[in-house]
Amino acid sequence: MAAQNRPLSPHLQIYKKQITSVLSITHRMTGIALTIGALVLSYWLISATYGPEAFQAAQSFMGSWLGRLVLLGLTFSLYFHLGNGVRHLGWDFGKGFALSQVRTTGIAVVVFSIVLTLLTWFAGYALLGDV
Amino acid sequence: MDMRSPLGRARGLGSSNDGFGHWWMQRLTGIALLPLSLWFVYSAVQLTGASHAEFVTWVGEHGNPVLLILLVITIYHHGQLGLQVVVEDYIHGEGPKIALLILIKFGAIFFGASSIFAILRLTFGGS
Repeated sequence: MAAQNRPLSPHLQIYKKQITSVLSITHRMTGIALTIGALVLSYWLISATYGPEAFQAAQSFMGSWLGRLVLLGLTFSLYFHLGNGVRHLGWDFGKGFALSQVRTTGIAVVVFSIVLTLLTWFAGYALLGDV
Repeated sequence: MDMRSPLGRARGLGSSNDGFGHWWMQRLTGIALLPLSLWFVYSAVQLTGASHAEFVTWVGEHGNPVLLILLVITIYHHGQLGLQVVVEDYIHGEGPKIALLILIKFGAIFFGASSIFAILRLTFGGS
């Protein structure tokens, strides 16, 4: 069999989704999203050096519904990647490899990210005086 | 059975042609980003709806410029290490793979340097 035609593993069409595999790919996807978030941070900082109008344009974009959606996604991505990163650090120490533990810590990371995302956004809206 | 040569084993090089260094730096930057990213989220929430003047003041205040510079360096370093693994895993053609890796590495350094320059400029004035 030629090297290019080797079957890929896992076979994605028939592979049963599990919390382990779903969280693993979510870690990668949130990581990719967060590097785009780094570009948003750079845009924020650099726009301020171009003066008040440029900075206001950046603030208006981030305050628009599209901007808020992006920031909401980035907030969740950050908490998830951070929480799951700590889970990975545990594995690096050889801790938490039992299937039941992998499941429990995985659910904990999801709950942690959702709760902290909501708290962060609640705090933001509270500061705006909208709550 | 170990298929590696004695020299290869001594260098500890794996499939990424890099070995331990990549893994360790990813952990190190990840650990640094725990406090840095949480500090940044806290600060960003405080800056909701901030004016230009308020933002510039915040950037230059107290330890903020140092923390911001550390955040930018760590975030782009960690980010390019992560993207490198994603490209190595999913892009199979040797040409596109190397082109993307160069783009990612150069991009991280460019945007990192530009952001640090912006932080310094906002801190020391000039715009």
